[in-house]
Amino acid sequence: MTDLEFDFLRGYLKTRSGLALSGEKRYLVESRLGPVCRRFNLANLGALVTALKGTRDLAMERAVVEAMTTNETFFFRDRTPFDLFRDVLLPEAMARRATQRRLRIWCAAASSGQEPYSLAMMLQDAAPRLAGWTVDLVATDLSTEVLEKAKAGLYSHFEVQRGLPVQSLIKHFEQVGEQWRISASLRQMVDYRPLNLLHPFEALGTFDIIYCRNVLIYFDAPTKGDVLARLRNSLASDGALLLGAAETVIGLTDKLVPNTQHRGLYNQAAAGARAPAGRLAPAGLVPPVATAVMGAPPPLRRVVGL
Amino acid sequence: MKTCLIVDDSAVIRKVARRIFETMNFQVGEAEDGEKALTACGETMPDAILLDWNMPTMDGYDFLRALRKSPGGEKPKVLFCTTENDVGAIARALHAGADEYIMKPFDRDIVTAKLAQVGFLAEAGAA
Repeated sequence: MTDLEFDFLRGYLKTRSGLALSGEKRYLVESRLGPVCRRFNLANLGALVTALKGTRDLAMERAVVEAMTTNETFFFRDRTPFDLFRDVLLPEAMARRATQRRLRIWCAAASSGQEPYSLAMMLQDAAPRLAGWTVDLVATDLSTEVLEKAKAGLYSHFEVQRGLPVQSLIKHFEQVGEQWRISASLRQMVDYRPLNLLHPFEALGTFDIIYCRNVLIYFDAPTKGDVLARLRNSLASDGALLLGAAETVIGLTDKLVPNTQHRGLYNQAAAGARAPAGRLAPAGLVPPVATAVMGAPPPLRRVVGL
Repeated sequence: MKTCLIVDDSAVIRKVARRIFETMNFQVGEAEDGEKALTACGETMPDAILLDWNMPTMDGYDFLRALRKSPGGEKPKVLFCTTENDVGAIARALHAGADEYIMKPFDRDIVTAKLAQVGFLAEAGAA
């Protein structure tokens, strides 16, 4: 791969997924895009670059972007953000929404589903307290490939043994040959949608709790700031945002502040102060998902009383 | 130092598991069947036990039931580690007093995750 080709791919990926690649990530591009070349019968990365510069091929574009995303995840990853959900965020949100009896939760980088399903398991454990409530659990990811896996809810022997207590395995999963499938009741709780965080997402509505973990680390500072500002606009004034252990809002936006008690948790800087409606969407970036639901109340799947 | 007893009739499995536990700062003992494991526990009760199911002389299931009835036998965290991977076997093991269950084949990540599950967090500096 020549320097020019590498620079083209860096710019290409930056525009489409926000991925900010430093110069030393050349090896990553070569190892991840090699299989894409083979899939499209291209001799090498040079040929891929030429093809990408030619007529727009959506399948190829998606393959390139998805091949470069990192989908590493596991059930109850880092544990603390989930203990926090069970012990603090869920009870507090239920107290604040006792009148409406409605909760909206969003996993903004859901990958193959382990994070939303971990939350779904905890919601199901809390089902007696949630009787009569409507809980929306929306899970989005850039990659349609991982979303398909998430929807199927089928996991390998290795995936179900990382982070998932064995009691939860036998309670919530069934064996399907060599794999394990998460129960239909948990699969029904999660509303999976493809979404690129660089694109407008206000059509998803406002959320009480947003998990956006381990995705901002791949973006440059201006992109992080933009995504955080829009996440804040999608967060209820008394809502909670969870970021990954290596991520922060500091220096990126002053509209969100770290929670003083819980690491990784962020709240609105001035509770109640909302951004004015009618934000401008970046020109030329209107994703199909947004167009489909724009304007109307989002037709999200609801789980009533679980 | 935390102690662990690895109970498996395969010398290869014991060796692989020993390496993983040692990098997690466990002092490791080995036993090749349930009977020898029970003798070892009678001398010194370990903090954790990695336990195979199918072994000659006394299998892992019988060992676990005997262990839980013996003095101090409720203390060790027992992680079954077996090719018996169906839900029925897992449920039986938990009923007999297993704390966690590892399905073979396993790797370092799984052992680390399962140990964390039963309260042994990887210590800072451990490889």
